[in-house]
Amino acid sequence: MVGIVIVSHSQKLAEGVMEVAQMTAANVPIAAAGGLENGELGTSYDKIKNAVESIYTDDGVIVLADIGSAVMTTEMVLEDIELDNVKLVDCPLVEGAVVAAVDSVGGRTLNEIINKLENEM
Amino acid sequence: MIDSKKIIAIIDAAAKKIESEKDFLTQLDNEIGDGDHGINLARGFKSVEEKLATFADKDIGAILKSVGTALVSTVGGASGPLYGTAFMKAGNVCKGKFTLTDEEFAEAFNAAVEGVKMRGKSAEGEKTMLDALCPAYRAFKGGVDGGKTLIPALEDSVNAAMQGVEYTKTIIATKGRAAYLQERSLGHQDPGATSSLYILQAALDVLKKG
Repeated sequence: MVGIVIVSHSQKLAEGVMEVAQMTAANVPIAAAGGLENGELGTSYDKIKNAVESIYTDDGVIVLADIGSAVMTTEMVLEDIELDNVKLVDCPLVEGAVVAAVDSVGGRTLNEIINKLENEM
Repeated sequence: MIDSKKIIAIIDAAAKKIESEKDFLTQLDNEIGDGDHGINLARGFKSVEEKLATFADKDIGAILKSVGTALVSTVGGASGPLYGTAFMKAGNVCKGKFTLTDEEFAEAFNAAVEGVKMRGKSAEGEKTMLDALCPAYRAFKGGVDGGKTLIPALEDSVNAAMQGVEYTKTIIATKGRAAYLQERSLGHQDPGATSSLYILQAALDVLKKG
C-alpha cells in the first residue's frame, strides 16, 4: 500500500488530518509530522524525514503539506533522502489525505493516486 | 581574501546580531506575518553557535553546509529552508576551500541568492528577503568587477540591502504569509529582508575589524 505523510505547522492539525483519513481507511499506512520537536508551531526537518522513513515501502509514499515552510522543508527532505518513490503532492490537505487513504487501501498505485490528487481535486 | 576563521567570526557575529534584534524582527513579523521570524531565526542561529567550536579546522564549504543544515533543522519557519538553502548552496561553491578571493566570495554570494529564489519560487519585488539580497549581491559584484576591494564592495552591498529594506515598505507582498494581507502589507518593512540586512552588516563589521 502507498503510504501517506501529513506535514503541518501544527502537531494537532497533522494528527487530526491523520485521524480523519484513518476514519475512512483504517489500515492505511500513514504518519503525521506536525509542529516542532517540542510541540511548538513550526515544521521540523527531522520529524518529516522520520515520518517518511517510518512508513516507507517500495509502493511509495505521498507527502501532503499545509503551507510555506511545511512545503519548503519537505522539498529539502525529499532532495536529501535516499529513497525512491516519495512525492510531495499539491492538493487540498484534508480531502487529499482522505482520497489518498481510500485509494491506497483500495490498491491503487503511487502514480494513479498522484494523478487523481493533482487533476481531479 | 577571506579565510575559514573570518567566516566563523562572521557567522558568530550574525548569530549575535539576530539574537539581539529578535524582538524587533518578531515585531515586524507580527505586523504582516505570523510573528515568529525573530524567535525562529534566533533559535536556528543559537544551534549554529553551539556548533561553531567544531568548525575550527574545516574548509569554508563544510562550514557553510553545516550552518545551512543546522538552520533547516531548527528554525521551524520559512526562513529555515530559505536561509538553510542559501548557506548550503554557498557551501557547494566553496567546497574544499580554506580561503576565498573576492571573486570567489561573489560567486558564493550569488549561489546563496539563487538558492533562495529556487527554494521560495520567488523573485525580486515580492516583498521578501530577496529585495535586500538581490540588490546587495549586484552591488557587491559590481564593486568587485569594477576593481573595488572587499570592504568597500561590501559597504556598497550593505547600503544596497538597506535601500532594499526601505523599498519593501513601498510594495505589496505577493509571496509569503504577508501576501494574504494584500494592500494592508503596504507601509511595513519586510522582516526577511531586514534579517538579510543584519547578516550582511555582521559580515561587514567583522571584516572592518580586520
